[in-house]
Amino acid sequence: MSTEPFDAARPYRLSPTVAVRPEPFGALVYDFTTRRLSFLKTRTLVEVVRGLEEQPDAHAALASADVPEAERGRYLDALAGLHAAGTIVAR
Amino acid sequence: MKLVEHFQHGLDAPICLTWELTYACNLACVHCLSSSGRRDPRELTTAECKAVIDELRRLQVFYVNIGGGEPTIRPDFWELVEYAVGNRVGVKFSTNGVRITPDRARLLAATDYVDVQLSLDGATREVNDAVRGPGSFDTAMRAMGNLRAAGLRGFKLSVVVTRHNAGQLDAFRRIAEDHGAQLRITRLRPSGRGADTWDALHPTAEQQHQLYDWLLRHGEQVLTGDSFFHLNALGSTPLPGLNLCGAGRVVCLIDPVGDVYACPFAIHDEFLAGNVRDQGGFTAVWRESELFARLRTPQTGGACTSCSAYDACQGGCMAAKFFTGLPLDGPDPECVKGNGEPALAAAGAGTAKPRPGKDHSHRGKRVPVAIGWGPPEPERLPDRTCDTSPLAGFRP
Repeated sequence: MSTEPFDAARPYRLSPTVAVRPEPFGALVYDFTTRRLSFLKTRTLVEVVRGLEEQPDAHAALASADVPEAERGRYLDALAGLHAAGTIVAR
Repeated sequence: MKLVEHFQHGLDAPICLTWELTYACNLACVHCLSSSGRRDPRELTTAECKAVIDELRRLQVFYVNIGGGEPTIRPDFWELVEYAVGNRVGVKFSTNGVRITPDRARLLAATDYVDVQLSLDGATREVNDAVRGPGSFDTAMRAMGNLRAAGLRGFKLSVVVTRHNAGQLDAFRRIAEDHGAQLRITRLRPSGRGADTWDALHPTAEQQHQLYDWLLRHGEQVLTGDSFFHLNALGSTPLPGLNLCGAGRVVCLIDPVGDVYACPFAIHDEFLAGNVRDQGGFTAVWRESELFARLRTPQTGGACTSCSAYDACQGGCMAAKFFTGLPLDGPDPECVKGNGEPALAAAGAGTAKPRPGKDHSHRGKRVPVAIGWGPPEPERLPDRTCDTSPLAGFRP
């Protein structure tokens, strides 16, 4: 968990304690530390989350996964939620 | 499609599964879902268990719920736990606490990816020991004390709700809090030895209503798995937790001899999907078994279709229906709309209920065989010439 708010202009990555398992609808996410199961509800979001590590910031990860402009707000909200849950962490 | 609908159609691999490592147990709980007691000579070897773990790692099964029997009395238990967590397959194991010594508790506290679940079925010694046997309350409390002293936080205190402990839920919560643990409550199923004790132990209709209200108040702090989704028919507020029967869709059971069943409460040929020793291993059973394919198709409500609550309760628990002799497409024996009682009465008049598929219960009392071991007890002096005691017929 992070106390810093999510900032799309900063670099992030998947938490090292989290495992992502692809499924037809997106992915299952399991945090081995908190033992919480959650979901990535689209395959594009899976691609965004996986791409975070190689991108300079979250905006670039959205662009790299070809998230349409109109949906970027929704995806940033999703990333902020994942950040609050500790699924993704700042690097 | 909603996520729950994806779950209904099954996943490429289970999210988690229950794996019972042995049928051996030091206790003989009257409601044991697997009729455990004696080890089965065909139980998976250490190497076979490790091969299963290798498969689970490839399938990205996040964690296994290890149980039994009493899993910790398997000599290779700790070795297998280490192997699993070393392969990033998380472990939560259920225990009655018999092997949770202070040393072991410290080792557990120092290990990541391991969660411990202590079983207790009464918040008082009397209520617990009546179901789990003399001494079992003290054993569990001692184990929890050791875990607390070792600094293991958030382990689980697991309670099967019965007629006798349904009024103790707040007391269980206090016990859990006192030990830095989290309470988990599950539903009593008529499985294993529970088939013979369910009538006397399952909560009354009134207790079920109280349980539903209690879960609405405390559900977020209490774990239930998918235990109580049948109670959803009681109101419009869905209970926290997975409100879906996950059998063969997101969960399953591997039993000590490697048989794969749809769920831990369904040890019967009717719900047997295959064996991990078969060609293709566990993966093939999960992906190709006809039984699991059938469970992943939309289920029909049968007699329940016309009920306004069917969408909420989904017809209840398959295993509970099966072992009480009810049709699988009819009401749950504990249907909160009151359809269980008449269904049970009707079924009771018909054919015999299915019996649990395997029984490893301890066989009564130990047979008093005295051959070659000391003099006969004074009150059992041998009086036949065929007696093997060298003191046969000797009366001092």
